[in-house]
Amino acid sequence: MTAMLDVAGLGHTYQAKDGAHRAIDGLTFTVGAGELVCVVGPSGCGKSTLLRTICGLVKPTEGGISLHGNKIDGVPEDLAVVFQDYSRSLFPWLSVQRNVEFPLRRSLGRKQRRARAAEALELVGLAKAVGKYPWQLSGGMQQRVSIARALAYQPALLLMDEPFASVDAQTRFELEDLLLKVKREQNTTVLVVTHDIDESVYLGDRVLVLSNSPASVVADLRVDLPGVRDQITTRESDAFVTLRGEVARLLNVGRPTAQRKVAAEAAVAAKWAEAERAALREAHAEDHATN
Amino acid sequence: MTKFFKRWIVFAGLVVVWQIATVLADDPFFPPPTEIAEAARELWLSGPPDQLFLTDIVFEHLIPSVSRLMGGWAIAAAIGISLGVALGRSRTALEFAGPLLTFMRSIPPPALVPVFLLLFNVGTSMQLATIVFGVLWPILLNTIDGARSVDTLKYETSAVFRVPKWQWVLGVVLPSAAPKIFAGLRVSLSLSLVLMVVSELVGTDNGIGSQLLVAQREFDFPNMWAGIVLLGVIGYALNTVLLAVEHRVLGWQPKQEHSKPVQLATAGD
Repeated sequence: MTAMLDVAGLGHTYQAKDGAHRAIDGLTFTVGAGELVCVVGPSGCGKSTLLRTICGLVKPTEGGISLHGNKIDGVPEDLAVVFQDYSRSLFPWLSVQRNVEFPLRRSLGRKQRRARAAEALELVGLAKAVGKYPWQLSGGMQQRVSIARALAYQPALLLMDEPFASVDAQTRFELEDLLLKVKREQNTTVLVVTHDIDESVYLGDRVLVLSNSPASVVADLRVDLPGVRDQITTRESDAFVTLRGEVARLLNVGRPTAQRKVAAEAAVAAKWAEAERAALREAHAEDHATN
Repeated sequence: MTKFFKRWIVFAGLVVVWQIATVLADDPFFPPPTEIAEAARELWLSGPPDQLFLTDIVFEHLIPSVSRLMGGWAIAAAIGISLGVALGRSRTALEFAGPLLTFMRSIPPPALVPVFLLLFNVGTSMQLATIVFGVLWPILLNTIDGARSVDTLKYETSAVFRVPKWQWVLGVVLPSAAPKIFAGLRVSLSLSLVLMVVSELVGTDNGIGSQLLVAQREFDFPNMWAGIVLLGVIGYALNTVLLAVEHRVLGWQPKQEHSKPVQLATAGD
């Protein structure tokens, strides 16, 4: 399998006047074309930093990332992201249809945009909601719109940042199955960042387990489950249970001392990430105003 | 129907009370509403049929006045929104311009009428300058505030999908700022009316304001009151039209977010 995404020796240190914080350290992994890889790690371990470096929103201090052979410098051409917070990521002043068309305006004419959006919305089961505004839909349906928007963009890589963390359990199952269906039908390459162990095993062809901050890859596990999965039978199968146990053990889940340490680290990491984002915001605001 | 009734019952009741009170008082300074209405009809609606019964005064004074009001407001809106978006998206620019803006907006616009009289000739350009300078600030400051508060995630979403700059400004920043911009536009519209009258009080004999002044000087109280009522009607009508436009443009907002209280933004906070 050819590597769609190649992350090599990636490291990032947040710099500030009163010190430095190492968020990720020597991350190396690849994602093959058509593969669905889940990245799972304790909260605050540097998952979002990893995601932001792949999107080109954060420039890593060390190492490099290539997307189908091209080194990433700035936001890559054919990459789409589904964020956790769908209600803030969607544009409330645009209808569902226009939200999905929004990123296509730069490259496609009106007719082609219409067709692409319709196709993507059909795929996520929202063909009937095209004229509605996002706030008229339930949370799960709004996240479907985000997924449709990303799919209509026809990205080489679909990045998902905790995509199902803000919906209820029932909807979560539905959306997980939707993602698996879409991935099978479209052969999309997907990288899902999550902190949910069960989800990472259920969704992934592979699960990358990250260490505590600074994040590095502790394990790269192949998921030996059938391509077509089922929320009940897959989750009770031996292979699933064994694998989720293995991931949990690697993450030190349920050990009080480890958890306290993780919580403390998460707080520090969150502070740094927020500082960096604020700096980024400023920089981009300037950028947009001066150009 | 009951809603309409509720909205106007207090207003109508007050007019009736006013009518009774003025008839009883029989004071020349306070003519009864019927007399004012008659004066208004005589002044503006007694023209020839081929002018739709509008008198020459309407064409010579009312329409130019309202055109100046709308023109000044539109120019201020164009400057305020474009400048506001630019300043709102650049912290450096805002830091430089902030104190200047706060200083300029603190100057009461009528105080600048003599300055504009010197700078421009008596007439339309001076009147426009007064209106524009006076009503620019609520639009500008509200736009800055709105443009600054674009959601970070919307920025990141636009960046990740490599949305071009024009689409970012017109498709994300402006709609995000639209509710605040409209709040500014509404405040400015009522201010425009005030400044239209003020700008017509000096150095001109054209416009509703000057007509009002003439009626007052000639002790023609029914005509003066008719002018005052007319200003109220114009203000009400313009505001109604703007609200209708706002409802259309901001129709995407969830219902409970409609008609948030108008808040005037201040620079630098």
